[in-house]
Amino acid sequence: MPTYRPGPVSLALAVLVALFLLMPLLAVIPVSLTPSRMLTMPTGELSLRHYRSLIEDPRWLDSILLSLRIGVVSSALSTVLALTFSLGVWMFQPRFTAALVGFVLLPMVVPPVVSAVTLYFLLTSVSGISSFFGYDTWLGVAMAHSVMTVPFATVLMLVSLSQLDRRIDLAARGLGASVWERTTRVIMPNIKFGIVTAALLSFVLSWEEIGVTLFITSVNAITLPRLMWMGLRDNIDPAIAALSVILIIITVLVLAVRSVITRRQAAP
Amino acid sequence: MRGTLSDRMGAALLMAPLLLFLILAYAWPFLGVVKWSFTLPTPGFGQYHALLTDDLVQSVFIRTLRIAAIVTVVSVTAAYAITVVWVRGSPVQRVLAEFCILVPFWISVLTRAFGWVALLSNRGLINTWLQSIGFISEPLTLVRNEFGVIVGMSHFLIPFAVFPLASAMRSLDERVLLAARGLGSSRMRTFWTVFVPMTRSGIIGSALITFVFSLGFFVTPAILGGGRSVMIAELIYLRIFQSPDWGLGAAISVVLVVFVGALMALVFRYVKPKQLV
Repeated sequence: MPTYRPGPVSLALAVLVALFLLMPLLAVIPVSLTPSRMLTMPTGELSLRHYRSLIEDPRWLDSILLSLRIGVVSSALSTVLALTFSLGVWMFQPRFTAALVGFVLLPMVVPPVVSAVTLYFLLTSVSGISSFFGYDTWLGVAMAHSVMTVPFATVLMLVSLSQLDRRIDLAARGLGASVWERTTRVIMPNIKFGIVTAALLSFVLSWEEIGVTLFITSVNAITLPRLMWMGLRDNIDPAIAALSVILIIITVLVLAVRSVITRRQAAP
Repeated sequence: MRGTLSDRMGAALLMAPLLLFLILAYAWPFLGVVKWSFTLPTPGFGQYHALLTDDLVQSVFIRTLRIAAIVTVVSVTAAYAITVVWVRGSPVQRVLAEFCILVPFWISVLTRAFGWVALLSNRGLINTWLQSIGFISEPLTLVRNEFGVIVGMSHFLIPFAVFPLASAMRSLDERVLLAARGLGSSRMRTFWTVFVPMTRSGIIGSALITFVFSLGFFVTPAILGGGRSVMIAELIYLRIFQSPDWGLGAAISVVLVVFVGALMALVFRYVKPKQLV
């Protein structure tokens, strides 16, 4: 059977777009190897000094550890909240489901800067009550990140539940399984790929979150993107180039591994 | 069995934690922001009046709409070109296109903006190269202006524009295209008169997503605009942190939400949300 394939013009345009998409990612590689203190192209010799400064400068290490901690806590919180909510929607199909799901997805739809102002209001209000859970604290940031990531986790859970065969759950129910048993023995094992993906996506979104973080931190809770932001705004530090190269390599590796796993799942 | 008392209890118990969390940590503070816009510094509609009369705010609004419109056209066009190959290309072409779409998609907005700074700044790759071949003597100003903002934002938004287009192109019946070609229509004509009209819902969805994202965009304009081409989101930030005027910052936020909501409602009257994703 013949198929409709893109012609030479389409291919040429697509190549241009692909180059545009990859160009800035490739551009950081030479910059990261410059021996200069400034953001310049290396002329002649190359140096790894900016990679070394990532390890030696405690500020980078501290913020990496802080971002990891915030990412893990906020991802755990949004995964659990999204999972319970989606299970409720799927098992009981309550009235007003569309409206409730719509409400949960709001932080994803509302312009991020408005969410940032909203969370700034929240954390400055909470600061008056508790000193370790308000503005510029790591727990406050973790909670704010959960607000921002929970809609994405919920979408992933609902999608993977929608692919689950209801008859499996009905069979379990008919055989006398309780809600708890149906959830933990029947439903969750079947959507475990979705749960893991949701947790991973929440972590990644928190790890690179900057729009909201800028509004709710000042000097204490300096996450990695916050530190990069400071380096980008004031005096551009080539260590950011080194860090960017590392992050790009990790992304490419994770995507490669993921595509291998998905392909194996698709062809069992 | 549906709708029995225990079922309703179960649903409520499972759904309550997330709903409570978002009511306390999102809905309630949002109402607080609305309250700020009416009470700071003095109660009343003063801030909204200021929005309508302040020249700076007006110019930022107009600039934001202009940049968002340009970015939408650029992103949707570029996304269309690469999506055609991602969806309809040969297996190898598909893998390559997917790589070029997903790698930038997963990389943080800061890294991507930084990449553009490295390319476009006065001592960046493009200027260094153009000077070394003697094409220009003085570096071109490519960043810290609207050009840089448009380039960086389009780069960020292309992958988002791809997804609605891809789903529209996937659901398209290939036989119609083959029929058009079989009846003697040229590639170009088939593309413009059959392919593009059939992906209309994807184009609308993709344009809506891009435009809405552009309106509230903060990071890329702030870095690549270098404080010179301020957009709404950065103006909100400046009003809250630099010239503390929380009331005005809150009022702009409220207007932005209302505007985005109205825009989405308008588009959804003509296209069903399900067709978009």
